[in-house]
Amino acid sequence: MTGFLELEALTKRFGDVTAADGVSLSIPRGEILALLGPSGSGKTTLLRLLAGFETPDAGRVVVGGEDVTALPPARRRFGMVFQHYALFPHLDVGENVAFGLRGSGERGAVEDKVAQTLGLVDLGGHERRRVHELSGGQQQRVALARALAPEPRVLLLDEPLSNLDPSLRERTRRELRAVIQRVGITTIFVTHEQEEAFDLGDRIALLSTGRLTQVGTADELYERPASLFAATFVGRANVLRGPTARAFGGQNGQVVVVRPEALRFATTGVAGVVRERRYTGAWALYLVEAEGGERLEVLAGPDAARVGDGVHIVAERVLRFPDSVA
Amino acid sequence: MRRGRWSVESLVLVLLLGWMVLYPILSVVGEAADGAALGAFFSRPSDRAALWASIWVSLASVALAAAIGVPLAFLFERFEFPGRKTLGSLVALPVVLPPLIGVIAFLFLYGEAGFAARLVRLVLGLEGPPWRLQGAGAILLVHAYSMYVYFYLFTRAGLARLDTSMLEAAESLGEGRWGTLRRVTLPLVRPALAGAALLTFMTALGSFSAPYVLGGGFRVMPTQIYASKLNGELGVAMVETVALALLALAGLWVLRRFEGEDILVALGKGTAPRRRELRSPGARAGAAVAGWGFAALLLLPHLTLLLVSFVPFGTWTTEALPPVLGLDNYRLLATEPERLRPLVNSLWMAGASTAGAVALALVAGWIVVRQRAALRRAIEWLVALPWALPGTVFAIALATAFSRPPLVLVATLWILPLAYLARGLPLTGRALLAGYRQLDPAHEEAAASLGAGWWETLRRVTVPQLRPAIAAGASLAFVAGLGDFVTSVVLYTFETRPISIEILSALRLNEIGVAAAFGVVLMVVSAVVLALGVRR
Repeated sequence: MTGFLELEALTKRFGDVTAADGVSLSIPRGEILALLGPSGSGKTTLLRLLAGFETPDAGRVVVGGEDVTALPPARRRFGMVFQHYALFPHLDVGENVAFGLRGSGERGAVEDKVAQTLGLVDLGGHERRRVHELSGGQQQRVALARALAPEPRVLLLDEPLSNLDPSLRERTRRELRAVIQRVGITTIFVTHEQEEAFDLGDRIALLSTGRLTQVGTADELYERPASLFAATFVGRANVLRGPTARAFGGQNGQVVVVRPEALRFATTGVAGVVRERRYTGAWALYLVEAEGGERLEVLAGPDAARVGDGVHIVAERVLRFPDSVA
Repeated sequence: MRRGRWSVESLVLVLLLGWMVLYPILSVVGEAADGAALGAFFSRPSDRAALWASIWVSLASVALAAAIGVPLAFLFERFEFPGRKTLGSLVALPVVLPPLIGVIAFLFLYGEAGFAARLVRLVLGLEGPPWRLQGAGAILLVHAYSMYVYFYLFTRAGLARLDTSMLEAAESLGEGRWGTLRRVTLPLVRPALAGAALLTFMTALGSFSAPYVLGGGFRVMPTQIYASKLNGELGVAMVETVALALLALAGLWVLRRFEGEDILVALGKGTAPRRRELRSPGARAGAAVAGWGFAALLLLPHLTLLLVSFVPFGTWTTEALPPVLGLDNYRLLATEPERLRPLVNSLWMAGASTAGAVALALVAGWIVVRQRAALRRAIEWLVALPWALPGTVFAIALATAFSRPPLVLVATLWILPLAYLARGLPLTGRALLAGYRQLDPAHEEAAASLGAGWWETLRRVTVPQLRPAIAAGASLAFVAGLGDFVTSVVLYTFETRPISIEILSALRLNEIGVAAAFGVVLMVVSAVVLALGVRR
């Protein structure tokens, strides 16, 4: 399969650190791809390689069949939304959005395009506002409108929601997804939050120390993680070694990973004592200390157990990985 | 941190700056390495006296300026009284007087033929002048007047950035007002005080106008160097120049060590302490009277200059106040081409050198901050170097380096603009480096991602955001060039004579009105340029 945007074995080193290590990705037209990874995993470097702010030591970036690896950012026609938005403080909202529309037609045409793009992000009529008068969410939408106005081939977003209040994030996330889908633009965004990646991305590319660990849909990543790192970084997971691991069917040299919802209280199984109970509404998360001393998180009904209770646990589904520590 | 990379631009800039700044200094050092000249320097008592005079006059200037500036800063930053705002800005007025203009204003005011002396003579019925404004005391008087502003402005800025909660914390821990001042406030504004001390010391050490006009037989290093050069003792002048340069660098090194880290920045912004309202009517009236009285004292030199500029030639002899006032001097200035000439010279030379200093600083800022070039330390150092060297040193250096092949610039149109440019470079450089550091690099990347090339990005994003820094640096450099005396007196030719030189020759011809009129023009232009450029 050849995608609209192709990353071919991109490699970038800063001194001794390899921030991108032979990353290859194929992204079909119109897809929203999340680059997910912990800090230092190279996801921002990858985005900056795509935007052209960094030059790869090896590899190519191809968009629509055109090799753009050597093209400067100004000629790539990739729109970018920066983490802190980077709105120009000396220009008003309309001038910010019009910035990339230079030489693209009559003055009236530019104004129409600005109005239309601002309308798209639900900020119609805000042209003459100063950017510092806007709320964080509005600034984010102006940044999006500014990036979209020149009709780029690819949209890049660097932690688009990290600057917003947690209470605002979920709503903004949906609005962002709606706008991107309406425009139908191929989009790559960087995030370190799994929930954001799951909610916003069609597919997720999981990065660790500059390498691509796994690419897939949210379900695939959660249900069939390709590595111990993928299993533990995406979603909650009990990582077990020793007697408890063996009790859940692990063999020597294997590490067993069990999601909290895959554990169940039962009358037989691994014995332990409930040490903590965290109530979340429909469910409660129980922290159980097993006899071997290992601690397990179990997701169960809010009345399944109380702190101090002796319980038995069985696992319904476990993941096994070779133990790199041993 | 990544190691800097090598770039052609940075290499070119280093070579250019080195040629403008370092090569002249090295030329002087080369000339000074001469056995006979060194022997003469070390055996002459006058040189030892001048060296010692430079040191103690500079230190005394720092002490005096601090004694006036620091209490004033506390008064205006901490207390609320009628007229505080107006007075607070009036107090900074001495900055708009270029050094030479300040000196002649003092001469007109407190000199033996000045208003104060005439008044005393009249009141006491004396035969001769009651005093002479001459020697070390006179120099220190002018220095204290013109340099306390550094302490005043730096301390006020430092106090304004203090976080109220820190003072409240000290009080809640049981400290009284004095304890808080001693244990919290002063340590926190120490970097500001050290910065002001450094600036005052360097300015006083390089001060030429006051010792030149008021020194009489009392010589400091800058005037000693100038005298040696006039006497044709070039070798000794070179050694003296190097000695003064070393003294300046030593002062810089010592004072820098006292400066310490600026911890206020690290702690982030707080709310400025609230001013204490002076309650008792007596204290309020006292503060207001003292404030207005002080402001009047500060304004007297300006007013004197203005008044004298209206005195037509030869109309004021023995009277306490000039009997005739008129616009004759300004008419002369505007109508006689030879009188207008220095004005035009100063304007174009200051303008051209400022444009050059801004352009160089823009490039330097970009290379140092954005490109993080391997040579960035060298560039920052070269940009700042002319500031660390007294004007006389730099003037002698330029006169030495560019009076011989391969490039003879002395006695051409270009030497003074070049001198002003090099001297203005630290001012524009400092402003623009700070400006660049405050810019978010993401703005430039955003412009690039929207299709703007480097020129368009510079023009539409970088320069507009740097505008306050450019305006501040450019206005300071322009005013410095416009009022320059210390380098001009060494390097001018009749064709390129600037305002300051013309003022001095007018004084020699006893055309005090013309001299004052030039001074007023210079003062007004400086004030306007600074008001436009340095906004907060």
